[in-house]
Amino acid sequence: MAEIELHGTWPSPYSYRVLWALKLKGIPYEYVEEDLSNKSPLLLQYNPVHKKIPVLVHGGKPICESMIILEYLDETWPQNPLLPSDPYERAVVRFWVKFIEDKGPSAWVVFRTSGEEQEKAVKDSLEMLKTIEEHALGEKKYFGGDKIGMVDIACSGIAHWLQVIEEVVGIKILEPHKFPRLHAWTKTFKEAPIIKDNLPNQDEMLVFFKQAREKLLASA
Amino acid sequence: MAEADQLLLLDLLPSPFAARVRIALAEKGLNYESREEDLSNKSPLLLKMNPVHKQIPVLIHNGRPICESMVIVQYIDQVWNHKSPLLPSDPYRRAHARFWADYIDKKIYPIGRMLWASKGEVKEASKKDLIECFKILEGELGDKPYFGGESFGYIDLALIPFYSFFYTFETLGNFSVVVEFPKLMDWAQRCLLKESVSKSLCDQRNVYEAVLEIRKKLGAE
Repeated sequence: MAEIELHGTWPSPYSYRVLWALKLKGIPYEYVEEDLSNKSPLLLQYNPVHKKIPVLVHGGKPICESMIILEYLDETWPQNPLLPSDPYERAVVRFWVKFIEDKGPSAWVVFRTSGEEQEKAVKDSLEMLKTIEEHALGEKKYFGGDKIGMVDIACSGIAHWLQVIEEVVGIKILEPHKFPRLHAWTKTFKEAPIIKDNLPNQDEMLVFFKQAREKLLASA
Repeated sequence: MAEADQLLLLDLLPSPFAARVRIALAEKGLNYESREEDLSNKSPLLLKMNPVHKQIPVLIHNGRPICESMVIVQYIDQVWNHKSPLLPSDPYRRAHARFWADYIDKKIYPIGRMLWASKGEVKEASKKDLIECFKILEGELGDKPYFGGESFGYIDLALIPFYSFFYTFETLGNFSVVVEFPKLMDWAQRCLLKESVSKSLCDQRNVYEAVLEIRKKLGAE
């Protein structure tokens, strides 16, 4: 068994959060692709409470929840830190991580629904983006300042997955003229070293998510 | 650490989230000013210090605001690390503590609120969900005195404020915590022996009265 295993699924933004953190810190790991339609006994053993990916397994011990995994990685491998060391700055980062964890899923509600429910989710997503652009990003290059930090990784869904959702449902949410700074950040983030070489293929994601939405709407 | 540390807590007695911060401050033996907010008439200070959510609790330390209860607790733990550590020092155990605090945040308040704010089928479904969560929590506690082991810590602090809601859950949900979850009740009583906890929690009856007011407004009564 490898010292470190990442259990994930290829189109999941949550999986990628952990993958990037591992690569940014130069931590060797083995990747295990899970099949969420047929969850492995191992996954159920590692994450009995939520039965979800990603799960990081270090020396046989599992850690669950992507942002909690990132805090663990930052504490255990301090090189290339994702969190600032100052307690106040750290509190600000954690505030925004919680914000994106609580509000970010509205984009996925847009993906999963239609009609009034979808309209409300679009409104929620727009509000979320506005708040992030004004209060979290401001004029900075990255949320983390000069380099990628925990909030950048937490917001990565906006950089790469939101476009796919928009195309699948046919609704534009992150419009460049409405969110110029956030839009610029999506480009900067995706061109950053390590990130640019580790992004799931958008064409493949389009196929995957189109099929997933069709299934969802058919069973609704 | 500055000589004259100014700590102001924008507070609300029945809020379990504010209670978490009160407990953390008490555990560290810190002096602070508590200012009770009226959520139907939010103070300019609250709106300025938490412009994103406009919610309590907010801890203002030497003029700078920190928001979100468990973010505040981690801040307090890091700055005043000279006594009563709330998070363990080992990274794996810290991840474990954060996982369960996150579970409590995602489940207990929202499901509990659904139970006490609604009626009929929705209330029944929420009751079932809440009981399931308590089962899982009791399972995690096992035979340990506290969730973190031998001493009161991060997970205990995250959960114990919901003790103030037990009477509300039991009355509106028609079940008994002590009968269905004796270990959880034992744990709660053990936590209440600590002054930092007993002095920080809102009385169960007061929470029930506050909830009944909200139910009336929502038309659930």
